Amino acid sequence: MKTLLKGNIALCEGAIAAGCKAYFGYPITPQNEVPAHMSRRMVELGRVFIQAESELAAINMVLGASVTGTRAMTSSSSPGISLKQEGISYLCGCELPAVIANIQRGGPGLGNISGSQGDYFQATKGGGHGDYRMIVLAPDSVQEMYDFAFQAFGLAEKYRTPVMILSDGVVGQMMEPTELTTHCEQTLPAESRNWILDGCANRKPRAVKSLMMADGALEQHNWDLKKKYDRIEANEVRCETVNIDDADIILVAFGITARIAKSTARTARSRGLKIGVIRPVTLWPFPTAIIAAAAKPGRKFLVAELNMGQMVEDVKLAVNGQCPVSFIGRPGGGILDDDALLKKIAEL
Amino acid sequence: MKKIFSRPESLTPAPHLYCAGCGHGIIHRLVAESIDELGVREKTIAVAPVGCAVFAYDYFNFDVTEAPHGRPPAVATGIKRVLPDRIVFTYQGDGDIAAIGTAETIHAANRGENITVIFVNNANYGMTGGQMAPTTLIGQKTATTPFGRDAKRDGYPLHLCELLATLKGVAYLERVTVYNPKHIFNAKRAIKKAFQNQIDGKGFSLVEVISQCPVDWGMTPLDSVAWVKDVFIKEFPLGVFKDI
Amino acid sequence: MEKVIIDADKCKGCALCIEACPKKCLILSDTFNKAGYRPAVFTQKDACISCGFCFQVCPDIAIEIYT
Repeated sequence: MKTLLKGNIALCEGAIAAGCKAYFGYPITPQNEVPAHMSRRMVELGRVFIQAESELAAINMVLGASVTGTRAMTSSSSPGISLKQEGISYLCGCELPAVIANIQRGGPGLGNISGSQGDYFQATKGGGHGDYRMIVLAPDSVQEMYDFAFQAFGLAEKYRTPVMILSDGVVGQMMEPTELTTHCEQTLPAESRNWILDGCANRKPRAVKSLMMADGALEQHNWDLKKKYDRIEANEVRCETVNIDDADIILVAFGITARIAKSTARTARSRGLKIGVIRPVTLWPFPTAIIAAAAKPGRKFLVAELNMGQMVEDVKLAVNGQCPVSFIGRPGGGILDDDALLKKIAEL
Repeated sequence: MKKIFSRPESLTPAPHLYCAGCGHGIIHRLVAESIDELGVREKTIAVAPVGCAVFAYDYFNFDVTEAPHGRPPAVATGIKRVLPDRIVFTYQGDGDIAAIGTAETIHAANRGENITVIFVNNANYGMTGGQMAPTTLIGQKTATTPFGRDAKRDGYPLHLCELLATLKGVAYLERVTVYNPKHIFNAKRAIKKAFQNQIDGKGFSLVEVISQCPVDWGMTPLDSVAWVKDVFIKEFPLGVFKDI
Repeated sequence: MEKVIIDADKCKGCALCIEACPKKCLILSDTFNKAGYRPAVFTQKDACISCGFCFQVCPDIAIEIYT
C-alpha cells in the first residue's frame, strides 16, 4: 500500500526504517520538514533528536554518535552543507560512517530557497579539505528519497565512509505516493565493530583519529583510502538508462532534472525523435564506463542540470571527445521543462 | 617498602611529548587518577581537542576520539546521547573551548549535557607557537601580540567560568590551578567531583585549570609557575562559580 | 630500595620537583639523559619523608614514591 508523502518526510521515514538512532539538525529551508518530523518521530521511538546550535555542531554530533557505531544522520540545505564540510572531511579521514542529506537550494551565498543543483561540485569533488571521496546518491522521486535514505546507512557502514543524499528543494517538497516497505533494522555485524568506541572493557583502548604525524603514515593512510575508493568505484556505481540503444541524442541528467529529461524523451519519441536518457544515480562513483560505452560516433549528448554546468564536465571526461556534448542549464532556482529541452534538442 | 604514588592505570607508559614543565602532564595524571578511583576506566570515552593535547589518545589508557578544532562538546554530546551510561569527557585548551568552539561550549552547557569538561587555560595557543588566546592577559606578549595584548585592538581576557555561570543547564564550574602541590591536590578534588557529577547524572560539569606554558611564555618552568601564582590567577580568580 | 625512584629517561629536568621538595632531597644531575635533559636526582635519602610532593608536580609522571 502506498502512502502520499512529501519527499523530505520520506527521507526521514527511510532513515528511521534503516535503524537511524540519532538525528542532529538545524533549520534551513527547503529541508525544514526533516528536523520537524524527526523531532516528533525520533522521540516517539525513544531515539535521539537534537536541534543543534549550528550545522557545525550537528555534523560533529553525528561524528560523536558514529564513533560509537551508532547509525546517525544530519540534513541541511546548501548554505548549511557548506558549514558541514569540515566535519565531512574529518568523517572521511577518521573513516566513520554517516548519512548527510542536502536538499539543495539556489546559491551562491544565501541564494534563494528554490530547488537547485548547484552543489554537484561540492558534493562530488570534495567540498572539504584533503584528498577524499564521498558516496553521493541523487534521488529523483519521493520513493527514492525513502529508499536511498534506507540504503545509505548500509553503504556508509560497509565502507566506513559518509554517504550524501544529494536531493533538491523540488524533490524535497513534492508529494508522491510512496511504498513504505517493511525493512528489518540493520545493525553493524559484530566482526565489523572492531573500530567503535564504547569503553575498553575486555579489550585494548581504541582511538579514532585522522591526525597521522609519523613519517609516511598519512601518505599510507591516503593510499589505503584510495584502495577503498577504488572498491567503491568498482562495486557501487548506479545508473539508470532509458532507450539509449538506438538513440541519436542522449540526455544526461540527475535528480529532478532526470525526471524532466525522461518526460522530454517520451514526448520526443512520440514525435519520432530517437532520444535516450542516462541518469547517474550515484554522482560519485560516477557512471563513467556506462557513458563511455554509449559514446558512439554519430551520437550527440545533451547534459541538463539546474546549475551553470557542473556534471557536464564529468560527462565530457567520460565521452572523451567521441561525441559532441552540449549543455542546457538554469542556475539560481530556475526549473527546466519539456519545452526548453525540446527547443535545445531541435537546435542540436 | 610500599609504593604509595605511581603512574595511574588510566595513563599509558608513553612518554609525554609536552615541553619540560608543562602543566598538561600533571592535569592528565589528575584526570587518570580520578577515573581510576571512580572505577570507570572501561566505561570512559574521551574527546581530544586540537591543540597541545591532540595526542591524548597516546597518553590515556581508555577510548579516545579526535574532534575538529573547537567541536569536542558537540562530539561528546553525540557520544553521550547514544551511550548515556558511558563516562564522556572533553579535554580542551583555551583556543579550542573559548574561541573557535565558543558556540559548541555554550550550547552543550546550556543543554545541560551530562558530560565532564576539562579546560586547560594557559593563556596562549601552545601547539602553534604561542599566539594570543581568548584568555591572554592584557599586556601579555605572544606571537601575535608582540607589543602586548591591547584591549582596544584585541579585546579582553575571556572568563569562561563566569560566562557559563549564568546558564541554567550548568551543574558545576570551578577554576583551579596546578602551580604547587597544595593546588594540585585541590585540582584533583575538583576534577574527581566533575566526574562524580556525571556518574550521579547532575549534568554539565567543567573544571578550568590554570596551567603553565613555560616554553611559549619564554620562561623557565620555575618562573612560569611563579607567573601563574603572581600574575595569571590575579586575572583569573580561583574558586567555585557554580555547584548545584 | 629507595623512597623516590626517578625514571631518568622520562625526566625533562624542569626542576618543579626540586622546588616542591620540602626537605631539599633532589638536585639536577650533572649528566644528560638520552633526550638531552639533565634529570632530577634523589640525593638526600635520609631526609625524605615520602610526602610525594615531587610526584605531584612532575608533569612527566617520571617519579614513584615508596614508604
